[in-house]
Amino acid sequence: MADILRGRERQVYRKGQEQAFQLDCEKQSVAGSVSQRACVFCGSRVVLYPIADALHIVHGPIGCASYTWDIRGALSSGPELHRLSFSTDMQELDVVHGGEKKLYAALCELIDAHHPKAAFVYGTCIIGVIGDDMDAVCKRVSLEKGIPVLPVHSEGFKGTKKDGYRAACDALLQIVGTGPIDDISPMSINILGDFNLAGETWMIRDYYARMGVQVVSCITGDGRIDEIRRAHGAALNVVQCSGSMTHLAKQLKEKYGIPFIRVSYFGVEDMSKSLYDVARHFKDQEMLKRTQAMVREELERILPQLAAYRRVLEGRRAAIYVGGAFKAFSLVSALRHLGMTTVMVGSQTGNKEDYEQLRELCDEGTIIADDSNPLELSSFLEEKDVDVFIGGVKERPIAYKLGIGFCDHNHERKEALAGFEGMLNFAREVYGSVMSPVWRLTPRRRGNSLEVVK
Amino acid sequence: MSSPVGVKKSAARPNWVSTRNPCKACAPLGAALVMRGIAGALPFLHGSQGCATYMRRYIISHFREPMDIATSGFSEASTIFGGGENLRVGLGNVTSQYHPALIGIATTCLTETIGEDVHGLLHEYREKSAGEESPLLVHVSTPSYRGTHIDGFHDAVREVVEQLAEAGASSSAYAGSVVNLFPGLVSAEDLRFLKEVAADFAMPMTLFPDYSETLDGPSMDKYKKIPDGGTTIAALRATSAAKASIEFGRTLRAKKTAASFLQTRFEVPATRIGLPIGVHESDVFFAAMEKLTGQKTPEKYRQERGRLVDAYVDGHKYLFGKRAIVFGDEDMVVGLASFLAETGVVPVLCASGGKSGTLGRSIAEVTTHLREPVAVRDGVDFMTIAEEEACQELKPDFVIGSSKGAKLARELGAPLIRVGFPIHDRIGGQRILHLGYRGAQQLFDLVVNTLLEVKQDSTSIGYSYL
Repeated sequence: MADILRGRERQVYRKGQEQAFQLDCEKQSVAGSVSQRACVFCGSRVVLYPIADALHIVHGPIGCASYTWDIRGALSSGPELHRLSFSTDMQELDVVHGGEKKLYAALCELIDAHHPKAAFVYGTCIIGVIGDDMDAVCKRVSLEKGIPVLPVHSEGFKGTKKDGYRAACDALLQIVGTGPIDDISPMSINILGDFNLAGETWMIRDYYARMGVQVVSCITGDGRIDEIRRAHGAALNVVQCSGSMTHLAKQLKEKYGIPFIRVSYFGVEDMSKSLYDVARHFKDQEMLKRTQAMVREELERILPQLAAYRRVLEGRRAAIYVGGAFKAFSLVSALRHLGMTTVMVGSQTGNKEDYEQLRELCDEGTIIADDSNPLELSSFLEEKDVDVFIGGVKERPIAYKLGIGFCDHNHERKEALAGFEGMLNFAREVYGSVMSPVWRLTPRRRGNSLEVVK
Repeated sequence: MSSPVGVKKSAARPNWVSTRNPCKACAPLGAALVMRGIAGALPFLHGSQGCATYMRRYIISHFREPMDIATSGFSEASTIFGGGENLRVGLGNVTSQYHPALIGIATTCLTETIGEDVHGLLHEYREKSAGEESPLLVHVSTPSYRGTHIDGFHDAVREVVEQLAEAGASSSAYAGSVVNLFPGLVSAEDLRFLKEVAADFAMPMTLFPDYSETLDGPSMDKYKKIPDGGTTIAALRATSAAKASIEFGRTLRAKKTAASFLQTRFEVPATRIGLPIGVHESDVFFAAMEKLTGQKTPEKYRQERGRLVDAYVDGHKYLFGKRAIVFGDEDMVVGLASFLAETGVVPVLCASGGKSGTLGRSIAEVTTHLREPVAVRDGVDFMTIAEEEACQELKPDFVIGSSKGAKLARELGAPLIRVGFPIHDRIGGQRILHLGYRGAQQLFDLVVNTLLEVKQDSTSIGYSYL
């Protein structure tokens, strides 16, 4: 059994326990824990990052810019300004005298050099402390250069990653509503919360095109400022990464009366359901028929291949630790589709409803954890004798060190895992990791004996 | 020192205010690496949660090993009222979870800006926790707005030594025979190599930091909270009684280092030499080893040197007059420039995000025989490097440095030879050997073969012999 840190006892739950289900979450991480979470800045940065024709400048010392340079696998079909790293690189004297002048000069030179459609200025920890008036600088540059220059108040210490999502959504809200919408179809959507990792947004856009749905904007996968300006013209917001984008969807509903639905593009069932939900929303029989035909076509192509993987993967055990809990639901289902059991599942930022839903979804004995850390995660992997761990870069070495398979399902992934094709890629990746012969050599399965085994 | 005639003065160029594609990381990252190189220690950042997480990710992506960094996890309240409580709770929690022998605390820009008195807070914590399980606490000031990850690294090495080195350690088992070696930021393989050299010279050595095992360990069946390996605390305490110190890094001359501290405070003689990359700089290292031990360099290394020079001869035609862009941490750049110049390659542009103020002088020292000018740029980023004449008008044959130069190399249409730290887009960065004749041999083969591959692939002929 794992040593759970004092103060975290109620953030770990085992399904089937006598106790009534109540998982503590949405708390500040316990000081001294090696949380897998990042900070407010991280939340803002990851959400806005894929907007490819905007300038993204980090206002602060160099670290925050260095560690987020080209960090996401968010692809662009055109400009790639988002893949460059810009920073005011605050030095000691700038901290003493304030960074407003430097920010102003940096913005001007970069806008002149790169001609972005907009600029996002991320405020990091010390900006909040030294009291730079970022808003005033942004306003001035915006007037002078004629593009939106948006302050993103993402000081690392001012809450959790979720507050960063919110700051990002607030910046986006300032852009929405500033573009023409007269040519937008009544059957139109915004794709919210897909980030075009490994080209996933393109796959999803293609599905919608085949259904006859117009995509007004993607926020933020393969994102463009002019598209986002028109987002208020869409008839429906389709929200995937609900943790980051629900705030924006709610605001758009309030401000422009656009309804929203939550979807997930991961796994066969959730993917199909998402498309059907959109089709049903528009109450158009022809669209529904087109959707059914498309889903059938896709499934006929991939199901036999998935079945082949399932024959081998049946009965294997998986653990999941992801940023947002919403993705975890889909992963549990997707793994079940492959015949696998989820024995541990957790997230950095899930809320009460998320965890309740996970509890309902999971089998008896499954461990559910909020805001976990390497010591807990490693003990869960050992205790449950996991075959494959699904997480991000920071979870990878925990699995590998213990001789356990791993699948990267975080924002650095280079394999498209969304959509029907993505489910096949996912199955292939899980299969490739679980079946690798290297586990036959690791101490975990074989011990450290040098004895020759045939 | 020879005069830096060959070093080109900086040409007039636009002065960018912003940093565009940085060629550096921030100071606490270097400190965290150092703390990871102490036996039984856990790195701890006093600041926001994100700092620790981002640095873990950056380090993990290079070493592909677990890298736990704890944090006091500042909130808005701690920023206003001070982070003393977070630090206290954090240290307590780290102690009860990890049972470390030492906690290595580094500050961040946030805690430095609000003026946290970490020294005082730790003093208070020690007093309050007297009698309980209490790991040693060392701390280093690493505001991210000052210097780079390399400054954080060297400052952490110095602080650990300053805070642990004991007066009166001369009675310990280490006294008088041990040599302290402060290698700077090198690979895990480099550290293993240095230990091998010391063993072959039968020289007792305190190598610090030593993350050769903690960041490049074997597969486990049971997770180790703190991996085995690292410089022991006993050895660090006794650095004061060592026979001598060696530190690598020509650009450290302007810095107060661990070796200079030990010399001033405990009269441990210090020798500062360049990173031993290539024949010349390795000769300097082995000469220093001979002097300290009174022993001849073992035959094994003489053989390695002989084979290396023989390989230089075999490959000289492929390299003569080739133009390289060298970038990265300052001392790595100096070492590489020395190595490249002695093989006939012209390091036309040597650049670093670091700004010790001594890069130009150091490059000049190791490239005295070069007839062509070398442009040296310190405190620069990758977009500034790309705008240099050496990149714009005179295309280089190859680029050598960390994986952060991948974009630059791609734009130049030149191959990138990945060395140093970080290497985020290939496997095995921790196992690259840069040092000694053996390291130079591997670098040399890599450089030559990279150029041969370009030659082979760039025509339709498909040479069978090259």
